Amino acid sequence: MTPRQAILFGGLAFALALPVLAGALGLDYAVGIATRILILALAGIGLNLILGYGGMVSFGHAAFFGLGAYVVAILSHHETMSEPLMTWPFEIGGTDAAILAWPAAMLACALAALVMGAISLRTGGLYFIMITLAFAQMLFFFFVSLEAYGGDDGLSLFARSSAGPLDLHDPAQFYFLVLVFVLLALLATARLANARFGLALQGIRDNERRMRALGFATTRTKLAAFVISGAIVGLAGALMANHTEFVNPSFLSWQRSGEILVIVVLGGMGTALGPLIGAAVFFVLEEVLSQWTQHWMIIFGPILVLAVLFAKQGLWGFIESKLDRHD
Amino acid sequence: MTEPLLKITGLTKAYGALLACDGVDLDIRRGEVHAVIGPNGAGKTTLIGQVAGELRPDSGQVGFAGRDITRLPVPARSILGLARSFQITSVFPRFSALDNVALAVQAHAGSGFGFWADARRETALREPALACLERVGLAGRARVPARTLAHGEQRQLELAMALATGPRLVLLDEPTAGMGREDSARMVDLLAGLKGEIAMLLVEHDMDAVFALADRISVMVGGRVIATGAPDEVRANAQVRRAYLGEDEAAPC
Repeated sequence: MTPRQAILFGGLAFALALPVLAGALGLDYAVGIATRILILALAGIGLNLILGYGGMVSFGHAAFFGLGAYVVAILSHHETMSEPLMTWPFEIGGTDAAILAWPAAMLACALAALVMGAISLRTGGLYFIMITLAFAQMLFFFFVSLEAYGGDDGLSLFARSSAGPLDLHDPAQFYFLVLVFVLLALLATARLANARFGLALQGIRDNERRMRALGFATTRTKLAAFVISGAIVGLAGALMANHTEFVNPSFLSWQRSGEILVIVVLGGMGTALGPLIGAAVFFVLEEVLSQWTQHWMIIFGPILVLAVLFAKQGLWGFIESKLDRHD
Repeated sequence: MTEPLLKITGLTKAYGALLACDGVDLDIRRGEVHAVIGPNGAGKTTLIGQVAGELRPDSGQVGFAGRDITRLPVPARSILGLARSFQITSVFPRFSALDNVALAVQAHAGSGFGFWADARRETALREPALACLERVGLAGRARVPARTLAHGEQRQLELAMALATGPRLVLLDEPTAGMGREDSARMVDLLAGLKGEIAMLLVEHDMDAVFALADRISVMVGGRVIATGAPDEVRANAQVRRAYLGEDEAAPC
């Protein structure tokens, strides 16, 4: 077994055993923390697709995170109140079924990403960052002013989504479901990186002009990546709404967009596992440092700068470079 | 006479008050190597940019294989069989040499929307790519990351990528730029080997390369084509000697 495989199997074994371990050690809250980390990692995996593989720096991905969360919360709200979501031209009721609400969240985010991408991908560089930020801010203020769904105060979920035989209120069951999504997303990313679409995306990241000259309609490829990315982050948002059983506009704040960016950059852009490492390290640092001082960002900032300076491919890239030396 | 492969008529492009291309007429026959020479700032790169589709002309037309492509976007031109190599080497540094060429094959072979299957194991992409590498003499370096190739090898790779798109016309923007004598001679040999099979629009400062390869030469000065003809005619043209060749002899560049 190579060191790399050892790390992967060890990590997987730890993830699978975590609920039992936590129970045995009397650290039941650890399952909730791990769930939260996995959900943030899933958002990071979604962003990594366009940031790491496609070279598109989106500063608006919280829009999809929040939108996904709101879709679940609003559908659940209508179900609880027994009010139809809309009555014209046909009636659509609310739902708390995961099998309906979560794909709905992803679909809504994919559509939002299609619109946002179609406009913002006409630009590049700093303009792209600013336009994605502007879109996210628009959605943020839209939900702030949406009084029917709590406006500024947000919206509580009456219950977590129902998922057939699973009871998502059971922390371990919810954790395992989230873990499955994360593993699927990791596998898909790893496959994608060597598939036609992924290679084209990486080519665009490295030299879009050259790709166009080779005959690639690059805007279409970038837009497709942007839409998939938005849908994955939307799923993460839907899961987070279930985790916290509450949504408010802060889900869409620019700080949240920054957090997802930091997770990807810290963990390693363009590496499949980077976002997972990034989310774990980010969360732990936030917890540890914020217990120490309220101004924990003052310490976290320099750490991030150092990480970016000394490990250009992030933490996972750094680990991989060490492993490659041993292989 | 048959229709030329590339037909440029009245192409004009201005940057503010500067007319970079001023009513350029030029055509390239099938399989012909047509060199465009001229002093720096003559508008050669602007001309290439318009033919490749990166620059939109202010007026005039570009026709390719009987179609008006003046407003066609860059990727669509590539699909029609118009390839280019860049003045500044533009290979994908992290990919291997073979990956670079396979990507060029992929652009012209089927869908770009494969999300799962490993494209590095698709023989339909790898075999034609390897054949192109062989053609430029890089087959032995197929697995080497492009960034670690020597400069001359990167230019060869660049050419292999252009070939992999199955072009009818290649725009070559200074293919021997920055090369030593030996690499330069190898590139000229390579291009000579493609003569007759693929038409080329060659922009080049190295006069040895130009006279070794070109079937016809057009001379650009100040955004205008002042002469077009066989190498000997151009060499003998008094206007050309005054405007360009004489200067070139006096000032090495």
